[in-house]
Amino acid sequence: MHPILILVSQRIALGLLLLFAASVLIFAGTMILPGDVAQSILGQSATPEALANLRAELGLNEPPVTRYFNWLFGAMQGDLGVALTNGQDIADALGRRLGNTLFLAFWAAVIAVPLAIFLGLLAVRYRNRWPDKLISGVTLASISIPEFLIGYLLVYFVAVKLGWFSSVAMINDSMSLGDKLSAIALPVAVLVLVVLAHMMRMTRAAILNVMQSAYIETAELKGLSGFNVIFRHAFPNAISPIVNVVMLNLAYLVVGVVVVEVVFVYPGMGQFLVDHVSKRDVPVVQACGLVFAAVYIGLNMVADIVAILSNPRLRHPK
Amino acid sequence: MSRIPLSALVGLVFTGAYFLAAIFAPFITPYGMSEIVGDVWEPMSRTHLLGTDSIGRDLLTRMIYGGRTTIFIATMATLLSFTTGAVLGFLAAVIGGWIDQALSRFVDLVMAIPSLIFALVVLSVMPVTIPVLIMVMGLLDSTRVYRLARAVAVDINVMDFVEAARLRGEGRSWIIFREILPNALSPLVAEMGLRFIFMVLFVSTLSFLGLGVQPPNADWGGIVKENKEGIVYGIAAALVPAFAIATLAISVNLVADWVLNRTTSLKGGRGG
Repeated sequence: MHPILILVSQRIALGLLLLFAASVLIFAGTMILPGDVAQSILGQSATPEALANLRAELGLNEPPVTRYFNWLFGAMQGDLGVALTNGQDIADALGRRLGNTLFLAFWAAVIAVPLAIFLGLLAVRYRNRWPDKLISGVTLASISIPEFLIGYLLVYFVAVKLGWFSSVAMINDSMSLGDKLSAIALPVAVLVLVVLAHMMRMTRAAILNVMQSAYIETAELKGLSGFNVIFRHAFPNAISPIVNVVMLNLAYLVVGVVVVEVVFVYPGMGQFLVDHVSKRDVPVVQACGLVFAAVYIGLNMVADIVAILSNPRLRHPK
Repeated sequence: MSRIPLSALVGLVFTGAYFLAAIFAPFITPYGMSEIVGDVWEPMSRTHLLGTDSIGRDLLTRMIYGGRTTIFIATMATLLSFTTGAVLGFLAAVIGGWIDQALSRFVDLVMAIPSLIFALVVLSVMPVTIPVLIMVMGLLDSTRVYRLARAVAVDINVMDFVEAARLRGEGRSWIIFREILPNALSPLVAEMGLRFIFMVLFVSTLSFLGLGVQPPNADWGGIVKENKEGIVYGIAAALVPAFAIATLAISVNLVADWVLNRTTSLKGGRGG
């Protein structure tokens, strides 16, 4: 077998193993804690009958291992159980919201990735001059402010003071794509700002690393312009680390989305999770946690696989 | 010690000011923390330097008490995360073998789940109190400290002076605390600044989501949550914590950068 196939399949197997272990951890995180789940859901004043009912409903009378496997096999067949608070099917509600969240994250990625790479190249081209310094300064500022505050800053200045966009991002199926895009403009802008800084810094670092090679010096000596050296000679060799950074940041988007959705009252996964954490609806929280972990682990796995595939030494073994 | 560069000095002054304000909060605040002293969302004035909040409490007072809670939680969580992470990391590096493997793989697993998501899952069944918040945040973050501490300690563990200590028959705790710890301290201290900032952002995020510090106690994330409705009417009260968090984060970053530069040059570039 081709060695690259072996490496890739090993990485996929590792990813699946990790996902399985993560599901154990998420399940254990809500079970093996001091105190009783039913008690903490209903509070101290609950009657014994109500507690017994809830325990039976949650299946708390069975041993944890049985419960875990029931839950896992259910989840694998797309059955995530029903929400405690309103008795609705979780998989159903989750599917719709996951679609909304991916819509948001997709547009954020479409804008952030090319912009980050371009600005990273720009920072390298004008290294240690004012464009580079400006970019680093903005980067430092944007990683020092939590996502929700960037969100409110934008709402305050763009939506309220300038009145360009709406301050809440409600979308539904009957809206046209244009309306939807206008509705999510602000949350997308926040997400872009959040991941842009990190991606740009890493792009800059990756290209600077390559810029120290001998062949770059040759290219400079034969008289190529600054941008040409970067585009034609440095960039292709920096693709692997850049793709890696892009993937890790997309994984980070998945987390950033939780907070941003709450800020803009966007009907996505993150809001769903936060709502049900405060209602102590454990089955919904577990399901959301599992989906978030799966996306996160999946993107990290893709990052590793791309790194393997983009390494010419592995693609063309001697 | 060489002269302190300007950026680090600015960082030190601001960080110091925030910590002092946090410690002496009851003496410098003009009003009580949950005392209603005026109308809803009064603008900035001489009696209320930052105006009032959503139910008429003095915003400056809330901010100072909020900073106290935020900084206290972040500091305790950072300390917990460093003690746990560093001790386990050093142990793993010194003992090696299956203990190292088990700990490292477990840490890999915890880091495979985004910490905010994991914290939310755990907080869905735990009572949200300040000790629980510190525990959850500190233990989740200790995975990152563990990785750093283990990586640094593995390097030091094979050096001659550690070998010499072993040969003269020192015990494991001597090796960890007297040989490895002093030499691993500088990269850990620089990292501590970054972890502290991360903790401030983390606890603010949790409070903003309503799952952190509970009212009537104030903290910076909670102040945003309480005043967020005002934004739509053009009232900037919710943006005040943004300024506080950003200046604290940047000034601690400046100090951490300086510590890192200083210690790496002292050690000839090693340990960064």
